[in-house]
Amino acid sequence: MTLSVQDLRVYYRTLRGDVKALDGVSFDVADGEILGLAGESGCGKTTLGKALIRMDGRMKLVGGQVELDGENLPIGDTVKMNPFRFTEVSIIPQYSMSAMNPTRKIGRMVRELLDSRGVTVDTDELHRRLDLVELSRDVLTKYPLELSGGMKQRMVMVISTLLNPSLLIADEITSALDVSTQKAVVTTLKGFRELGFVKSMIFITHDISLTNQLADTIMVMYAGKLAEKAPADTIVNRARHPYTQLLISSLPEVGVRYAEKKLTGIPGNPPSLLNPPVGCRFQDRCPLAFDKCREEPPAVEVEKDHFVACWKA
Amino acid sequence: MLKLQEVSKVFRVGAFGGKTMTAVDEVSFEVARGEVVSLIGESGSGKSTIGKMVLRLMSAQKGTITFDGDDVTKLEKRAYYRKIQGVFQDPFSSYNPIFKADRVFSMIKEVYFPKEADRIWQDKVAAALNDVRLEAGQVLNKFPHQLSGGQLQRLLIARALLLDIDLLVADEITSMLDASTRIDVLNLLADLKSRGLGVLFITHDLALGNYISERTVVLHQGRIVEYGPTEKVFETPEHAYTRKLLASVPQLHRKWEGV
Repeated sequence: MTLSVQDLRVYYRTLRGDVKALDGVSFDVADGEILGLAGESGCGKTTLGKALIRMDGRMKLVGGQVELDGENLPIGDTVKMNPFRFTEVSIIPQYSMSAMNPTRKIGRMVRELLDSRGVTVDTDELHRRLDLVELSRDVLTKYPLELSGGMKQRMVMVISTLLNPSLLIADEITSALDVSTQKAVVTTLKGFRELGFVKSMIFITHDISLTNQLADTIMVMYAGKLAEKAPADTIVNRARHPYTQLLISSLPEVGVRYAEKKLTGIPGNPPSLLNPPVGCRFQDRCPLAFDKCREEPPAVEVEKDHFVACWKA
Repeated sequence: MLKLQEVSKVFRVGAFGGKTMTAVDEVSFEVARGEVVSLIGESGSGKSTIGKMVLRLMSAQKGTITFDGDDVTKLEKRAYYRKIQGVFQDPFSSYNPIFKADRVFSMIKEVYFPKEADRIWQDKVAAALNDVRLEAGQVLNKFPHQLSGGQLQRLLIARALLLDIDLLVADEITSMLDASTRIDVLNLLADLKSRGLGVLFITHDLALGNYISERTVVLHQGRIVEYGPTEKVFETPEHAYTRKLLASVPQLHRKWEGV
């Protein structure tokens, strides 16, 4: 088991009180597994990704345990996390386009980055990885400004995985890209796993169709909690949580004629996380809600590897 | 209704404008009343530039854009904007956060209907809100941050409807919305279409274009590579670029080949 997260709670401090962005989430990521983390804005998916590598000043760890390769990951302590970052846990940030230092040539930036961690990487190995993502070796002598968006994205992907981390977090890395580039990025990420550059991966996106192209398992979150987690095919074809079902049925597809049959959205909005409702957080929008939904539904394994947090599942 | 004939737009780029970049290259198509035409393309394909030229936010270098036979650059601006309005990608930055969101309605009143009695105007606003399926009590007298992206976007559509427009230029209007609310905005456009509104639907998302439009224009580097009825473009694409684009769309029930 690469990653094991138990009852993780991360709140944002605001003047009006704590925003419970991540409120008791538990899951595992197996060796070599790609976990797709899907959900709408404000569901806590980015918070979860950030919590696993670096909490910013507004975030506070309220509870929970994280283990990476059997070792406790001190996510609440910025300094103690330093030995893990980049070497064990690495991230491809949401805005890779602006992730690189604009004042350094890329080769120098990579060298400084490695020096700061006190590690060295064989130049041949770096060249081999550039070849893999079809970047010319000249990029090392260029400034980030001289690269196109897609090239910068690939360069950041190479840098992030240079030390063969156990866990790679990819946060919405394709949302600013065109569809044809998206496909190339997903192919590259899969290739990185096959070649052992990364052991496991958490791929965060709002696009379930895209997650399904890459992930072995999909975890759907809603308002800071886990709604459903199952193998990708099961989520797409046999989802049990009403939220997942409604979300998937609201997605238009290419190659389908919609002349007479209209799709429907989910009425209402997600609850405020300052004072979330007691019980199931989807109850106000759920067509199946009944009295029991005022109690919080636990995530139950309804069949092997299929977890659902719903009383009706 | 709206007709573009060999419209081109060239930008000057580089430090002293020494280089030129052709953003839109001899584009011709039409939008009729009661139909949605999708303008599909990747970033840099010129789709937003076309929208801006139609809205007269930019001028075209070559070619003509006509509305019911009149050259749009010769029409009086205020009269033109009674017929055509735009809604854009980011609903959050379309509002001034200092003022309440429904100020967009009173601004319309001041400019276009200064003499209208308040009571009649209120009825009109209520009718427009009803058209976009918003409840007056939920959205009026609120600040932008108190409303969701979907509500803000629908308010902007209601604002456009107050002017009895014939054509709506919708530039990526759903890309900042969540999947569950996105479809409601699309269904709303379909509804307005059946009541005679023409929509120029600009998007990078092929699935949305397929869902909503009668006809589809596929752009690549400023040129039209494919133009026709939506079913035809999506089911039997003729151009290699369209085929490549369709093959790279992530689909829910089909996995990419060779990944």
